[in-house]
Amino acid sequence: MESATIKTAVAPADAALTAAGARDTKFHTRKVCVYYGEKQALFDVDLDIFSNEVTALIGPSGCGKSTYLRSLNRMNDTIDICRVTGDIILDDIDVYSREIDVVHLRARVGMVFQKPNPFPKSIYENVCYGPRIHGIASGKADLDQIVEESLIKAGLWNEVKDRLDAPGTGLSGGQQQRLCIARAIAVHPEVILMDEPCSALDPIATAKIEELIDELRENYTIVIVTHSMQQAARVSQRTAFFHLGYLVEVGETEQIFTNPVDQRTQDYITGRFG
Amino acid sequence: MATNHIVKSFDEDLRELDNVIAEMGGLAEVQFADAITALVKRDGELAERVVVSDKRIDELESKVDSHAISMLALRQPMANDLRVVITALRIASVVERIGDYAKNIAKRTVALTQTPPVGPTRTIARMGNVVQGMIKTVLDAYLQRDADMARDVRLRDEEVDALHTSLFRELLTYMMEDPRSISACAHLLFVAKNIERIGDHATNIAEQVHFLVHGELPGSARPKGDESSYTVVNAE
Amino acid sequence: MTDITMNDSSEMNAPPTAHKGATAAEAVRRSLKRRYAAEARFRAYGIAAVIFAMLALTTLFATIISSGMSAFRATVIELEVDLDASVIDPDGTRNPQTLATANYRALVFNSLRGMFPDVTSRNDRRDLTAMLSRGASFQVQKLVVDDPSLIGSKIKITVPVSSDVDLYEKGVIKKGTDSADRRVNDKQMAWFDDLKAKGIVSTRFNTTFFTAADSREPELAGIWGAVTGSFFTMLVTLLLSFPIGVAAAVYLEEFAPKNRITQVIEVNINNLAAVPSIVFGLLGLAVFINFFGLPRSAPLVGGMVLALMTLPTIIIAGRAALKAVPPSIREAALGLGASPVQVVSHHLLPLAMPGMLTGTIIGMAQALGETAPLLMIGMVAFIVDIPGGVTDPATVLPVQVYLWADSPERAFVARTSAAIMVLLGFLVFMNALAVVLRKRFERRW
Repeated sequence: MESATIKTAVAPADAALTAAGARDTKFHTRKVCVYYGEKQALFDVDLDIFSNEVTALIGPSGCGKSTYLRSLNRMNDTIDICRVTGDIILDDIDVYSREIDVVHLRARVGMVFQKPNPFPKSIYENVCYGPRIHGIASGKADLDQIVEESLIKAGLWNEVKDRLDAPGTGLSGGQQQRLCIARAIAVHPEVILMDEPCSALDPIATAKIEELIDELRENYTIVIVTHSMQQAARVSQRTAFFHLGYLVEVGETEQIFTNPVDQRTQDYITGRFG
Repeated sequence: MATNHIVKSFDEDLRELDNVIAEMGGLAEVQFADAITALVKRDGELAERVVVSDKRIDELESKVDSHAISMLALRQPMANDLRVVITALRIASVVERIGDYAKNIAKRTVALTQTPPVGPTRTIARMGNVVQGMIKTVLDAYLQRDADMARDVRLRDEEVDALHTSLFRELLTYMMEDPRSISACAHLLFVAKNIERIGDHATNIAEQVHFLVHGELPGSARPKGDESSYTVVNAE
Repeated sequence: MTDITMNDSSEMNAPPTAHKGATAAEAVRRSLKRRYAAEARFRAYGIAAVIFAMLALTTLFATIISSGMSAFRATVIELEVDLDASVIDPDGTRNPQTLATANYRALVFNSLRGMFPDVTSRNDRRDLTAMLSRGASFQVQKLVVDDPSLIGSKIKITVPVSSDVDLYEKGVIKKGTDSADRRVNDKQMAWFDDLKAKGIVSTRFNTTFFTAADSREPELAGIWGAVTGSFFTMLVTLLLSFPIGVAAAVYLEEFAPKNRITQVIEVNINNLAAVPSIVFGLLGLAVFINFFGLPRSAPLVGGMVLALMTLPTIIIAGRAALKAVPPSIREAALGLGASPVQVVSHHLLPLAMPGMLTGTIIGMAQALGETAPLLMIGMVAFIVDIPGGVTDPATVLPVQVYLWADSPERAFVARTSAAIMVLLGFLVFMNALAVVLRKRFERRW
């Protein structure tokens, strides 16, 4: 498909708002293409992520949403055959430029993964690892405070404050995921990327995490990839629909789920194809 | 819609909704037609039957209600599916009211059979025909999801309103000329009003059809030609 | 299971579909007997294999133990020696040189002759003296040199008998064959029996075996020199191979780009593991000794050669341990902004360390038992001193076994087996340690 014929569907009201610069843009991505060796996984994605709100990326399996997410904090660098082209600009800095320090980038853009992956260390060690390696804390007392703050923000403090030395892997699934979120926010990032964070959790744990995301968006920009449309509908303010590597439609969540512009979007969210 | 749902029972549920609405609408059409016929022919028995049959429409409305609520809870419909369920709820309620108006007309017909016949039944019959056509068209438009067909219905309401205004004048004149006809004319006033309201409800349904297809209510205000509220007839 | 054949199609063609379930169950039931029979046969093969292996192992151990057990006991005689000042220090100067070179043999002989006054002929005197170990005089010498004040007194010492008498006592050399051909002739046997009757002969635990270095005399020979030599060699091997192996494993697994060069390196490492060990010995000889001029027979060179041999084992085990760490840990660490080196040192190495250690211990155990390469670099020499450092000439346990096995003295037969037992003991211990380590640190992710 030629890139010239690709147009992402955007509702008129949304386009007007965006063009007027009425929102604070955190990530400004243009013509993003990702290749795995010879195979192209993302085709010319133009997408803006706005500050202090939750953007959901939805789409069927293999549509490229996780690939796009991982390009934002250059986690795709760990895959040898992966090549990213296009502009991914975080606050006026091109994330793939030579001057950018990947380690510093990942401190600004944190990530929470699908399967909770706490380090096989104590809860305290898990949360303080990030601040320690980046030298954020100025002493043990400072570190203790950061750990406590992060665990409180992640909604886990009350459950673990008496056993900070217990191994992180001994917690339940939902608690482990909240620990991973606490670990991510301990480095004071600006953006939190979440790759299907609730897919391994039961409904109550999921609900707690969704509540947490709602609270977090006051201070962080959040991009979440999810398989569940209901979750995207509950949790996000903006939703982007990906299909076969193309960004098909992006807009306000309410509009996407009540009256989407593109037929493919409608077919996907009503369950007419998957 | 282009394709079917992956889960077939979802499509079956939507079809069931359509079926019940279709049944309700058909019944309401028949009720209204019979009521007008009974009125014009002064047929008391037909009128009685209409009154009794309204119960069926009420039952069907309950059925649509519970089916729609169950679909909302169990299927979490989105986008156009959601609009189908919401409009089905609204339309069912509107059709139920149409049925009620038809029943009211029939009741008044029974009363009118006990008074000597009064003049302007032709106009009423004409109004009745137009509205009957509107009901049929709009229900077809709903079942075929045709917004253009529905738009025409909105325009025809202008005619109904005009007829109603002139009928209003006529009946007032009759009443002023012959006080003995006041009883009958009073009933006819209400009958005419009922028919005019049914026409308005038909346009409501048309607006819902537009919402269903396009995702938003029609922007332009519908033509309102009912000036009966402002009509005054003075005795010379 | 190849014994199972397809059921005949007649059952598959049963017309009513309702019965298809029933006929399928029937078919399964019928095949069960065959399947269980095959299962039982397979089990029997397994058990037979295990029994065979156990038998072989038991036979090996039994042979070694039975032949080596006797080496752990040594026959000794308690002698009273008169430290005659006129023999040791006639001038009375207590000059250390004089003390060191005095004729202690005569003193010992005098002590023995004191018990057998009628031994007069030269041959008899020689035979009598030959019953004691040559080390007896050195024992007396050491005592006097250490404490000259003993001169003039009578002391009681416990000296070992000669190896032949020891064998006689243990029943290996028997009466019966022609006296002239035996190592212990009739007269000596009579004298020995006499001494036993006097009650001064006893058998005690052979500590010399564990504390002395190698010697021409079997009763004075011990493995301590070889053990020390093995220790220094293993030390050098460990210090060289572990850091290099771990670093190589980390680099190959985490940092090396996946291109042809890396593949070539990997293939070569795997091949290194298959190279015959004697080739490493030749390499050590040519490069370390001839080119770099390092001392021959030194544990330093031995350790370097063995390090080359152990390196592939450690690298392969290390890579496997690193591969076993789930990628989610790496991703979590990278996502937090850890640099690649921090990911390795903070997370991967601690988690992979048990596997690496296990591989290292196994590699070390293999190296401990290596003989061929060490022969090439000269660790086959006869070393009587206990090595003090990595550059002193030394020998290692397996080479000691080889030397003793080659020796003509009959008493060395038992000692060879005893040395093998010690070596096996170390190997079993190290392998058990590896197993325990592995089990203790086995993680379930």
